[in-house]
Amino acid sequence: MFMKTDNVVNLENDKIISPLKILTETEKLQKVVLVGNPNVGKSCFFNYMSGMYVDVSNFPGTTVSITKSHFQGNDVFDTPGIYGVGSFNDEEKVARDIILSADVILNVINALNLDRDLFLTLQLIDMGKKVSLLLNFSDELKKRKIKIDIKKLSNLLGVEVYETAAVDKLGFDKLGEAVNSARVGKQELDLNFLLNQVMEKSVPQSDSLLILEGDESIAQKNNVVCGTADERERIYITRRNRVNEIVDLVEYEDSKKGEIFNLFGRLSLNPITGIPILLLMLVLMYFFIGDLVSQRVVNFTENKIGKNLIEYNVKSFTGNYTPVTIDVTISDDNNIKIGNKTFNFPAGISANPKLQEEFSKLSNQKGSQTDFHFQNPFVKLFFGEFGVVTMTVTYLLFLLLPLVIGFYFIMALLEDSGYLPRLATMLDRSFNKIGLNGKAVIPIMLGFGCITMANITTRMLGTEREKSIVTAILQFVIPCSAQLAVIAALLSGAGFAPMMLYVSVILTVLIVLSTVLNKMLPGDSSPLLIDLPMIRFPRMSNVFKKTFFRSFGFMKEASVWFFIGALAVGMLEISGMLKVWQDVLAPFTTTWLKLPKEAANAFVMGMVRRDFGAAGLFHMDLTIMQKTVSIITITLFVPCIASFVVMLKERGWKEGMMIWFGTWIAAFLVGGIVAQIVI
Amino acid sequence: MPNSTLDKAKKGNPITVVKLPSGNIKSQLIRLGISEGDTLKCVQRLPGGTIVVQKNRQEIAVGFDLAKKIHVIIQ
Repeated sequence: MFMKTDNVVNLENDKIISPLKILTETEKLQKVVLVGNPNVGKSCFFNYMSGMYVDVSNFPGTTVSITKSHFQGNDVFDTPGIYGVGSFNDEEKVARDIILSADVILNVINALNLDRDLFLTLQLIDMGKKVSLLLNFSDELKKRKIKIDIKKLSNLLGVEVYETAAVDKLGFDKLGEAVNSARVGKQELDLNFLLNQVMEKSVPQSDSLLILEGDESIAQKNNVVCGTADERERIYITRRNRVNEIVDLVEYEDSKKGEIFNLFGRLSLNPITGIPILLLMLVLMYFFIGDLVSQRVVNFTENKIGKNLIEYNVKSFTGNYTPVTIDVTISDDNNIKIGNKTFNFPAGISANPKLQEEFSKLSNQKGSQTDFHFQNPFVKLFFGEFGVVTMTVTYLLFLLLPLVIGFYFIMALLEDSGYLPRLATMLDRSFNKIGLNGKAVIPIMLGFGCITMANITTRMLGTEREKSIVTAILQFVIPCSAQLAVIAALLSGAGFAPMMLYVSVILTVLIVLSTVLNKMLPGDSSPLLIDLPMIRFPRMSNVFKKTFFRSFGFMKEASVWFFIGALAVGMLEISGMLKVWQDVLAPFTTTWLKLPKEAANAFVMGMVRRDFGAAGLFHMDLTIMQKTVSIITITLFVPCIASFVVMLKERGWKEGMMIWFGTWIAAFLVGGIVAQIVI
Repeated sequence: MPNSTLDKAKKGNPITVVKLPSGNIKSQLIRLGISEGDTLKCVQRLPGGTIVVQKNRQEIAVGFDLAKKIHVIIQ
C-alpha cells in the first residue's frame, strides 16, 4: 500500500518538473510482464508490485491462471514458470502469448543457475523485447563463495541487471527503475540476418523468432511459412553455446564446483528412504485432509451451515408458496431417534400460522432434522432433496470447496518445497510399467480429493495417450474423498480380512486396467525429464496464493457442470426414469451381487454423487462380506455426474462414453465375481 | 567407456554427452542445459534406472527410456 502512495507522488513530481513534456511512447500505459524459469521467485516480485489489488483469470481453455495487477501506472502480469518461450505445453503457450504482447519484460533469474536461466533471457532478447534482468538469490552467492560480474553480464547482454534477494526484499526498491530502464538487448548477427528475412514480410520481431523456431500457430497467425525442427535445433544450440560462453566470462566460483548439500532431496529420491518419507507425508496428509478437513470442517460447513441454516431457510421460504409435507426427526446426543412428527401444509406453510409456529419451534430444537417433501415436481427439481438450488449449493460450497482448498493447499506445499518433482522421479519407473511417467502421480493424487478436479488436471500430462490412461484410472478405481469417508466408516470394525480383500481387488483392477490400456493405446508416452529444484521450506504467502487461485479457478470452471448434472438427474427423477432404472437393476443386484433389492438405489444414486451411493448402504442390514462386495462395486462404479460431464468435455464424447460404460461393466463384473466367491 | 548410453551411468560417474535423441525432446534438453559436448555428473541412479544428473548447480531427473537414447561417454 505504501508503494502506491509513493508512486502517486513520484508521478506528480515528474509532471511538475517537466510540465510541457508531451506524453511520449514510453509514458503510455505499459504492459509489464514478469518472466522466469520455475522456482526463481517471480511471485515474490509480483506480490510486492501488486500490493492489494490482484485480478485473476483463467487463460481460455486452460487451467493456467493469469494474475494481473497495477504497478506505477502500468499493468503488470505474472506468468507461469517456463524454461523457454515455445509451445511444448499449456503453460508455455499461455506464457508465450502474454510475452508476445508485452511492452516491458522483467526477467527473473536464479543467480545460482545462471546457465539454465540465461537461455530464456537470451531468447527474450532475441525476440527484440525490452528487457531488464533481476538477478535473484544474489544473497546466496556470497554464502557459496560465487562471484558474478554484474557489469560484464550487463554489457554482454546489453540490458540492465539488478541484484535482488527475495528473502529480505533486497533490490525491490529498484523495481520501478528496472521497468523504466528496460531496453532491447544485444543479438547475435547470424540470427539477426535470419530474423530480418521473416521481418521483411512485416512480421514483428518477436513473432519472427518463434516462427524461425518452428512455432506453427504463430506462423499461421502471420500467414508465413513456419521454420523446421532442425532450424530450431540450430538456433537452440547456438544460443546454448552463447549462454555457456557468457557464464564462463562472468561467473567465478571459489569453492569446489557444483558442491551442493541437499540431503533431504537425495533421501526423498531413493526408494529405500523415499518410500518411508512418502508414507510419513501421506500420514500427515491423512490427518490434515482425512481427519481435519473432510471430517470436522466439512461436518460443520455441510450440516450446520449448508443443511441446517441455508437449505432450511430456503426450503421454509419456498414452502410458504407451495404445498409441502415436512418430517421433523429429533435425535439425542448419541444420534438415537427420540421422536418425530410430520407436518402437512397443503396450502403452504404460512397459510396455517398455528401449525407453522409449532413446526418452527420443533425444527429449531437441538438435534432436530427436517426433511421437506414438495409436491410440485418443478419446485422439487429446484428446491427438493436433490434440488438444483438447494443440494448443489450445499454440495459445492460446503462440501467440495473445503476439500478442494485442502487438497490444493497440500499440493502447493509439496510443490513449493520442491518435493513433488522428487516424488515423480522416485515413482517414475513404476508408472512406466503402465505407460505413464512419474508426473502422473499428481492428477492421481488429486483424484483422492475430487475426481472432477483431477480430470481437469490431466491436461498437464504430455500426450493424449497418457491423458486417456489417467482419466480411465481415475474414473474406474480411484475413490474420491467424499466416497472414501463413507467407505472408511463402512469398513471400520469389519476387521482385517474385508479391508485386505477390498484393497487387493481394487489394486488388481488398477493393474489389469492400466496394463490393458498401455498395450491397446497406440503411440508412445512422454519420457520423464524434470528439473529438481532445491528442497526448501515452503513460502507460505506463495502457498496461500496458489491455493486461492487454483481453488477459485476450479470452482469457476466446474461449478456450472454440477448444476447441469443436478438438473439432469432431477429431470430423470421427475419423469420416473430413476425408478425404472432401480427396477431394471434390482434382479441383477439380488442374484448376481447377492445384495438386498434396495442396494440398487445406492447404485443409481451413485451416479449423482459417489458418496450418496456409498451412504445408501449405511441404512441396510448387510453382512460384513455384503458390505465389502457393495463398496467394491461402488468404488468401481461410474464417477459422479460432474466428473462425467467434465470428462466428456476433456476427453470427447467417444472416449468419455467408453470409459463410463466401462465402469458399469467393471463394477458389476468384478463385484459379482467377488460376491459369488465370498458370499 | 566410450559409446555408451546414459542409463548405464553409475552414481558419481562424470559423463560427456555425445548425442541427444532428435525431436522436441532435444530442444527441451538443450533448454535445461544438456547439450552435445556437455559434461555432467550422475548423482544418483535409482532402482529401475531413472537417472539423476547434475550440471553445475542444477539437478535433472531423466527417465530410463530417455536415458537409453542419450549417447554418452562415461569417464
